[in-house]
Amino acid sequence: MIRKISQMPIYLLAIILLLFTGLPFFIMVNTSFKQQLEFMTSPWSLPESISFSNYALLLELDFTRYFLNSLFLSVASVILVIVLGAMASYPLARLKFRLNKPVFLLFMIGMMIPIHTTLIPIYILTSKMGLYDTLWGLIGPYVAFALPISVIIFTQFMRDIPRELEESAKIDGCGHFRLFWRIIFPLLTPAVATVAIYNFIHIWNEFIFALVLTSSSDVATLPLGLREFYGEFSVNVPGIMAALTLGSLPLLLVYFVAQEKIVKGLAAGSVKG
Amino acid sequence: MLEKVEKLSKPKVATSTDVKKARKRKEILAIIAFIAPALLVYGVYVVYSIFMTFYYSLFDWSGIDNNLVFLGLSNYIELFQDGVFWKSLQNNFLLVAASLLTQLPLGLIMALLLFSPIKGIRFFRSIFFMPFLMSTVAIGILFIFIYDGNFGLLNDLLRMVGLESWQRAWIGTESTAIWAVIATVCWQFAPFYMILFRAAIVGIPEELYEAADIDGANSLQRFKNITFPLLMPIITTSAILSIIGSLKYFDLIYVMTGGGPSNSTELMATYMYKQTFTNFNMGYGSSVSFSMLIIAFIVTIVILFGERRRRGEE
Repeated sequence: MIRKISQMPIYLLAIILLLFTGLPFFIMVNTSFKQQLEFMTSPWSLPESISFSNYALLLELDFTRYFLNSLFLSVASVILVIVLGAMASYPLARLKFRLNKPVFLLFMIGMMIPIHTTLIPIYILTSKMGLYDTLWGLIGPYVAFALPISVIIFTQFMRDIPRELEESAKIDGCGHFRLFWRIIFPLLTPAVATVAIYNFIHIWNEFIFALVLTSSSDVATLPLGLREFYGEFSVNVPGIMAALTLGSLPLLLVYFVAQEKIVKGLAAGSVKG
Repeated sequence: MLEKVEKLSKPKVATSTDVKKARKRKEILAIIAFIAPALLVYGVYVVYSIFMTFYYSLFDWSGIDNNLVFLGLSNYIELFQDGVFWKSLQNNFLLVAASLLTQLPLGLIMALLLFSPIKGIRFFRSIFFMPFLMSTVAIGILFIFIYDGNFGLLNDLLRMVGLESWQRAWIGTESTAIWAVIATVCWQFAPFYMILFRAAIVGIPEELYEAADIDGANSLQRFKNITFPLLMPIITTSAILSIIGSLKYFDLIYVMTGGGPSNSTELMATYMYKQTFTNFNMGYGSSVSFSMLIIAFIVTIVILFGERRRRGEE
């Protein structure tokens, strides 16, 4: 699209932006392979020899547990959001009833609510339910705040499914439940992918609910775990950088495997919102 | 014969309305069964919580005991006279302005670059996008080291270009902390807008550019007359996302400075957190967080209203 300009300035600009976005990341990975002494004497050089000792140390500590906590929470919440969101969207998209619009509007308003506005009551509620400092206590808020965007995506997608499909199913005496699970839900795959990707990324990196609703290191998620490493390692900068690298790795790996899907899912999710 | 038919058909009509009613009732039950689970979760955690935030904001309450003292709107009056709250509101709007002026243009430039004829587009795109995928906590800790006064990357870079006098503890100094933190927020989110703009540019029909080529338009004209106007809707959406996001921002500031030094980087959300969970002023914290909601709400209405008027004029 910018075909006619000479290419030199474009490359220059691209490389400047590459340094801008990539340099901090490069420094992080680079430092993580160093020994502490080496970091002190020459912080920015390439490591003399690549050492994985910092990583080995992390795996001995609680890193695996943080990782598994985050994985469990993200997967469980995303599955629940898909099931609850798709079910709620079915009547909203395809059936006529008086409260259709108000209910949809109610979900839409959720898009602009700052989660912080609900933090204090959710903290009190979670404590009262006996779910404080458990992973279960986090699933509720995660699902609740993922629902608005998911309902919007599912509803829009379902509105475009041709009606003839369910007409014929109805004639066969198929009830709404069988109709939904047998015929509509299998057609939702692209919307399910969008909802899953969009919410997984956000829940994986979620910070404030995890900070407020948990306190012990047993149930800490990866973002909280990284802060704990930061506190524990204090002056061991290479150790901290190894923790940050390892903490960022899962999402980056997923990204490199399913780049197109993730980019599309994020764009669709945000614009629909 | 006719009578017979009537007699036969009469009960039939009655049953068919019965069937209709039964079917209608069944349909309503089905609708409830489909929506109720989602609505329950959403209702408890979002709708109920918003009302409770307002309710708690009317009390003096530590949150630990059951000793709630009703104050009416006193918390809000106190809030109006609270210099730290105004400071954080000001910082939130600073963040809004910085986000609009840096994240969106940077995102647009990066998106346009991805359509230029340079080699290794995939590589560039992957690197450009990486900041957005990193966990915010990781970014925060990483930048604490970059801004460090003793061995930070930024100070080292300044020394290399001979600007030693500029060196400082970037987030430890009151005057620079807010800018250092805002720059980090922009670093994290610019790639996100790149993705949105890229998706929108892909959607622009190639024929428009071909027509422009025939008319002999240069790159700048093509951008000004085709790309930019067609990107207007997504730019508006991005601006809304960026404004709302900046008004409720929390994570990076909390990790990097916790609102300090001496409240110079305080945002509404960090101040709310501090009042509630550090000072145990649940009532006052609730009034801060309810004010956040009101401000976000007003800003959204203003944007949507302005957008509608702009569209009406076109």
